[in-house]
Amino acid sequence: MKRASKVADEPSVARGRFADALRVDGNAAAGILSELFVPDLTSARAKCGGCGMTRTIGALIVYAHGMGTVVRCPGCDRVVLRVVRTPTHVWLDATGATSIVIARDSN
Amino acid sequence: MIPDGSAPRITWRLGTVIDVAAETRRARTLILDVPGWPGHRAGQHVDVRLTAEDGYQAERSYSIASAPEESRLSLTVEQLKDGEVSPYLSEELRSGDKLELRGPIGGYFVWDVSLGGPLFLVAGGSGIVPLMAMLRHRNAVVGTDDAKRHRLPARLLYSSRGWDEVIYRDELSRLAEMDTALEIRHTLTREQPRGWSGFKRRIDRAMLEEVAWPPSEKPQVFVCGPTPLVESAAQALVELGHQPALIKTERFGPTGGSV
Amino acid sequence: MPPVSRGFRGRRQPDATAARLPPGQYETRDFPVLSAGPTPRAPLSAWNFTLQGAGGRTAIWTWDEFIALPRQMTTTDIHCVTKWSKFGTVWEGISVDTILAEGAAKGVEPSPYVLARCDGGYTTNLPLAEVTGGKAWIAFMYDGAPLPAEHGGPARLLVPHLYFWKSAKWVRELRLMENDAPGFWEALGYHNYGDPWREQRYAGDE
Repeated sequence: MKRASKVADEPSVARGRFADALRVDGNAAAGILSELFVPDLTSARAKCGGCGMTRTIGALIVYAHGMGTVVRCPGCDRVVLRVVRTPTHVWLDATGATSIVIARDSN
Repeated sequence: MIPDGSAPRITWRLGTVIDVAAETRRARTLILDVPGWPGHRAGQHVDVRLTAEDGYQAERSYSIASAPEESRLSLTVEQLKDGEVSPYLSEELRSGDKLELRGPIGGYFVWDVSLGGPLFLVAGGSGIVPLMAMLRHRNAVVGTDDAKRHRLPARLLYSSRGWDEVIYRDELSRLAEMDTALEIRHTLTREQPRGWSGFKRRIDRAMLEEVAWPPSEKPQVFVCGPTPLVESAAQALVELGHQPALIKTERFGPTGGSV
Repeated sequence: MPPVSRGFRGRRQPDATAARLPPGQYETRDFPVLSAGPTPRAPLSAWNFTLQGAGGRTAIWTWDEFIALPRQMTTTDIHCVTKWSKFGTVWEGISVDTILAEGAAKGVEPSPYVLARCDGGYTTNLPLAEVTGGKAWIAFMYDGAPLPAEHGGPARLLVPHLYFWKSAKWVRELRLMENDAPGFWEALGYHNYGDPWREQRYAGDE
């Protein structure tokens, strides 16, 4: 997987004729997106869209059964994340989390 | 932690069963050789997938019992009465068979010596498995170095129905015997051997207060087993003053294991 | 196909049962509880049931009013998308036909689609045609006793000809809609319709 170019990491504050240089195509987002969908999300921290508490995802309450995994806030019971695995796809609904924060690898 | 862009996603691998060892009447340890195994941290688990000839598949999760330092991967499976997968893994699987698995999975319920101690472990039934990986890892690192041991003291409170159902019973005794910084306390909730002077009841707040370090020591706490046990123990520990952020739980569900 | 696990058979069915099972299902004698959240425990004194019309008209029943409506018993097989089926389950409840008729008397007009809304936030969507003509009930008795909370009590939607996720537990409202809108599982990879005899488990299944 190609890493995002350094340019994509910088804030886009370009003006005038230099703006085009900062416009890169979707491939550059692939690097950032692959950092969002990591094999293990349980050490990431999620802010509950209900009560606003931020917790490690591993500390949230999981209701897991054959249909899917529903992850709820232990404080207010709101659904923070939902995941369904079908034979061909994984569906993720993270709309119950205001934000998800993952520590970067210090390489 | 985010792996760098070139790290492979978790893929299915084929392991070979080297041995199936009986731990108790219902628990078996599968010792596997898994080519390309990327290594793991104590507390992580794998997903195991079985495929029948007609294509039917069943998937279950099992905690890794072996320490990261060991060359072979081991999983301990408790056979559940009406289980679909656990009877197959416990009774049918033999040396030479292949087993499809994926992992290691889980970055939250993990401990290694770099996280420090003291280490307080609470296990119910087959919840001992990931905690045993932690104790085996600790043992591999501290070895016979008494100073190292005492810098990483550990205590285990382990609830089982009876003495014959204690998984890893003899290995735990040996580890504790040799290591003055490792303390193991059992509670046997249904039946006890003659002359038993230990706990005889379900884990409760009073028991935890007696066995655990005081909150001022800030132990790393890991609780694993059937959901009701885990939830009541975690709650009791918080009531005793332990910080919730230092208590990690892994609930195995109502039956306490993968069916 | 992934490698076959030597000697693994999964669950096996006797032939007599096999004929009664939709594709990919196995019979269970249990009644598994699948939950996406904590079990709601609403006191009956606070419980009410709403039929919400797309035009804004509503009909609302308290618990006492609701169970006074003409009730029906039904014995049926049920099929969960997680592959278990249970034969001969016995229910008692109010037919959705009755609820719609009572609602019509109060000015609630039908619409092509319905969304079931439940305590705890669960939802599921169906065409109105799938809950009329004697195909659906709001059930409050199971096996001769009041429906237990873990199985959806005090009342759940019962639509046994579709996968059981459509039989929404802890139902409180049927909301009639002009347009279809996917519910809790339908929005996250499950089939919008869910016919077990055509094995419509997931989005994209024929």
